[in-house]
Amino acid sequence: MIKVGEKAPDFSLPNHKGEQVSLSDFRGRKVMLAFYPSDFSPVCSDQLSIYQEVKPDLDEAGLEVVGVSIDHSWAHRAFRKELNLDFTLLADFHPKGQVAELYGAYLPDYGTSNRSLVLVDPEGVVGWVYESPTSLEIPGANLLFDALEATDKA
Amino acid sequence: MRGDGRELILYLDLACPHCAAIWAQLEGRPLRLVFRHFPVASKHPRAPALHAAAEAAALQGSEEVFWALVDSIYADQGRVDDPHLWERAKALGLDVERFDRDRRSTAPAERVRRDFQGGIRAGVASTPAAFLDGAPVAVDLASGLAL
Repeated sequence: MIKVGEKAPDFSLPNHKGEQVSLSDFRGRKVMLAFYPSDFSPVCSDQLSIYQEVKPDLDEAGLEVVGVSIDHSWAHRAFRKELNLDFTLLADFHPKGQVAELYGAYLPDYGTSNRSLVLVDPEGVVGWVYESPTSLEIPGANLLFDALEATDKA
Repeated sequence: MRGDGRELILYLDLACPHCAAIWAQLEGRPLRLVFRHFPVASKHPRAPALHAAAEAAALQGSEEVFWALVDSIYADQGRVDDPHLWERAKALGLDVERFDRDRRSTAPAERVRRDFQGGIRAGVASTPAAFLDGAPVAVDLASGLAL
């Protein structure tokens, strides 16, 4: 995994509409990259639903959550609709998992990213990271607030 | 709270089928159940209304009425539109007009929100989630709660 204090590698990936979104587009704001294995899997569905539930609080606290998985834009579009998600999902589809690999979050044996969170601060530096011990363990939304608190103090 | 025995705190979503399955497995177990509201609206858009209904039932009945409505919803999650809730309230002997007013009022929603936020702080990330005597319990949907 990428380490706290490292410069977050910039990237550009298509969102659910196929529009290119770059990490640098979020410069000046805190962004939480949420790498997750795959759209529609039960655990990923629970994880992203919970983040959606606390989105108003995250908005107020100034944290933008951006989901990243190896799924295609079309899958993201359907997944957002299914779960009523309104945050950005990016398609690390081709070349597969390239961005996850940049952040040390790609699992080549599984062909997906692991379940991990990377907070990028407004200057584009990694401020906090978390990697789930197994892909079945969901990083709860409490961690998003912990990350904010930790980086506010820093 | 309901029952006697070790304390089992449950974070539940009334529209979640997995919660209904676990609920059925808990019947008759020697546990003191503590119900915490954890509606995941993005996944189950009807959930907030069901949780507000349970709180509204408690407002004019006793705690027993709250549990009775929860039991009733988990026994049949396919009938949870407004007319079904009115039927259920009537069957429990509630004043249906008051029930309908109460469930749309702010107090039940605030109570539900408090529970939900407590769950988030406790790291609850999916339903059902359980804590036995304060310690998290693994929930295996195939084998039930690891108690």
